[in-house]
Amino acid sequence: MRIFDPHIHTTSRTTDDYEAMHAAGVRAVVEPSFWLGQPRTSPATFFDYFDSLLGWEPFRAAQYGIAHHCTLALNPKEANDPRCLPVLDELPRYLVKDQVVAVGEIGYDSMTPAEDTALAAQLQLAADHELPALVHTPHRDKAAGLRRTLDVVRESALPPDRVLVDHLNETTVKEAKDSGCWLGFSVYPDTKMDEERMVAILRAYGPEQVLVNSAADWGRSDPLKTRGVGDLMLAEGFSEDEVDRVLWRNPVAFYGLSGRLNLDVAATDATHEGNSILRGGA
Amino acid sequence: MTHPRPTTGAPAAGNQDSRPAPSRPQPTEGVPPTPLALTPPPTLHAHLTTHLAGAARAWLDQALEEAAANPGTHGPISVWELRLAEAGRRCGSEYADAARVLILHAARADTDAVTRVYFQGTGAERRAVLHALPHLVPGPDALPLIEDALRTNDTGLLAAAVGPYAARHLDPHQWRHAVLKCLFTGVSVSAVADLEGRARADAELARMLGDYAAERTAAGRPVPEDLYRVLALTESGSTPPPHGSAHPHGKES
Repeated sequence: MRIFDPHIHTTSRTTDDYEAMHAAGVRAVVEPSFWLGQPRTSPATFFDYFDSLLGWEPFRAAQYGIAHHCTLALNPKEANDPRCLPVLDELPRYLVKDQVVAVGEIGYDSMTPAEDTALAAQLQLAADHELPALVHTPHRDKAAGLRRTLDVVRESALPPDRVLVDHLNETTVKEAKDSGCWLGFSVYPDTKMDEERMVAILRAYGPEQVLVNSAADWGRSDPLKTRGVGDLMLAEGFSEDEVDRVLWRNPVAFYGLSGRLNLDVAATDATHEGNSILRGGA
Repeated sequence: MTHPRPTTGAPAAGNQDSRPAPSRPQPTEGVPPTPLALTPPPTLHAHLTTHLAGAARAWLDQALEEAAANPGTHGPISVWELRLAEAGRRCGSEYADAARVLILHAARADTDAVTRVYFQGTGAERRAVLHALPHLVPGPDALPLIEDALRTNDTGLLAAAVGPYAARHLDPHQWRHAVLKCLFTGVSVSAVADLEGRARADAELARMLGDYAAERTAAGRPVPEDLYRVLALTESGSTPPPHGSAHPHGKES
């Protein structure tokens, strides 16, 4: 089973996790920039974080045979802190980087005017940079948050088939599917989705444009939940092709919209580039 | 079941300390037979011209023309800096380093420019800047970039940092620590430019190597083969190493 986890915060995970993920079949991940638990108070700390997502974390992942890409954005929670807003002005120089495959996570947290502004501005940045967008739907007041999110997407320059709305569940999946957006589901140990409900949604709505992620981060979460969903799909009668579609081909198709997806781990392995030195210096 | 890259994952057991095990670099197609940092840009360009597919070649030629015509800083981000950022997806990661070195060279990037693009760059861009330094900065002004890369644990950056620019300008203390860091992180010392010249008769380096070998041996861990290679180089000069501890042979496991 080959697995592409389209949403995982590996910065917060250990090398044991990378090892277990590789053993479970994970060969590619996308790490969206988000908040770190501890609120940041200045743009410079975001830039160090973005640099880490563009350098150190892909290097770490490559050591375990996993291709690492990222999505960059000012997240909605911290968009409410005026000290962090200058990040929006610096994003364009980051969005041109090779490993950036979407703008994200953007969306709503508490549905404030500041979040409205940041969401609209960053959907425009995605359109300007020919990138798709990863849009987080809020944990609180989710159904209303999804409707407001879809309204802003419809008003944006970005067509819905270049938008992935994430953290969906039974209450939001139908409206999200009707919008024409890609559908993301986060499978967690306690909150969000679990494996059984995920399989039920796949049975009800089909595997088209569905992405399943672990959204594993610094909180209680499990980077092997993607594999759990794949195993349960097979046990419940889904075909291997359908599992591959959900866990590999759909994320490849969505992030491939960026034109920047490079799944050749050897090519992203930092030591690969040492060859040019080694061959001459030996 | 699919295992696209069985060899790049799963660090080998018994790796030094607990650091991730970098995959051993293997010779590949597509890289010039001499180091990027030592290859004259026209040779590098000719190499890419013969290897890049049509669209990538056309993109590179245009990027180099733009960079040559509009060097320096323009607006929030210069066109040549945009080309530097997108070189990976345009040329393929196999040729990205060489393409980036050529763009930096075409833009006649000076110390300020290479410093800016290094610190605003991805890991791949930073590596390319390090490779380009010997072509662009004649004096030691860009040493802070080398020092920054040597503080990382990214083996790609470390390998690029110990190239000819470091050989030319790094002070002895920092250079010795760079060699030791290669041994610690599994970067082959083949990456260290002018290793023979700088290691020759370096009694302090010999002492450091000997102490490191003794430490590994005391812990029951293997001593990197490269250590003996460097140690032999230190002994090739007129000054012998000061301590017997520099000869840990026979205690490798």
